[in-house]
Amino acid sequence: MPVKVIIPTPLRTYAGKRDSAEVHAATVGDALGGLTTEFADLRRHLFTDEGKLRAFVNVYLNDEDIRYLAKENTPTKDGDTISIVPSIAGGSLAVDVEKEMF
Amino acid sequence: MSEAFELTISTELAEKIRAHGVETYPHECCGALLGRDAGAAQNSSDKQPTREVLALFPLVNRRDDSPRNRFSVTAEDVLAADKHAQQQRLEVIGWYHSHPDHPAQPSQYDQDHAWPWYSYVIVSVHSGAPKEMTSWRLKDDRSEFVQEGLAIPKAQAAN
Repeated sequence: MPVKVIIPTPLRTYAGKRDSAEVHAATVGDALGGLTTEFADLRRHLFTDEGKLRAFVNVYLNDEDIRYLAKENTPTKDGDTISIVPSIAGGSLAVDVEKEMF
Repeated sequence: MSEAFELTISTELAEKIRAHGVETYPHECCGALLGRDAGAAQNSSDKQPTREVLALFPLVNRRDDSPRNRFSVTAEDVLAADKHAQQQRLEVIGWYHSHPDHPAQPSQYDQDHAWPWYSYVIVSVHSGAPKEMTSWRLKDDRSEFVQEGLAIPKAQAAN
């Protein structure tokens, strides 16, 4: 079932400059997997080395944050739209990064 | 230190970023840089792609637990900044934040949380007074931040 994935501006460079892509997927996880299979350079910006979604990568299924749904197991249906939305963080000190809850 | 990329910002807008850093001192300020990136517009091939800040979208630092050395912009704020930019036919080309009593150098934390492509402007604010301002971009492989040129043309004399 094709779903549309909206790609944020900073990642378009890694997706053939496209602002969206259609992928066949049964879940949100499937869709992101399909997307990063098609555009391999996207992977490191969306997932950690352990394969988990990065903390500052937000994924919405039709305006609903998937953290409040079934996360990456959230089922998708034909015509759904998945949006990848950045959140931005930073700061002056490099300490306590490991302790931070994300 | 590569100067392969360059970000242009007017004296007036650069001054506004400094003023925002002073206003929130000793806490970090943050906001979005709205503007145009010629690289995305497929300009004439003989011209270097340039990126220019044309407006700012100041944001509230959401990190009330450690606002002196952290800032955070939620996804909702990012969407609001995107929408605001689109209304002005601009796009979000980067983000700015202040480093209170620290140099205008990205921290490891900055790098770990950065997105590629965006310009990250950092203004150092020491004892409440604005100091140096720098701009950075994350390398494609996320290995490091590379400093980009920051061009601040002098304001043209009015009249």
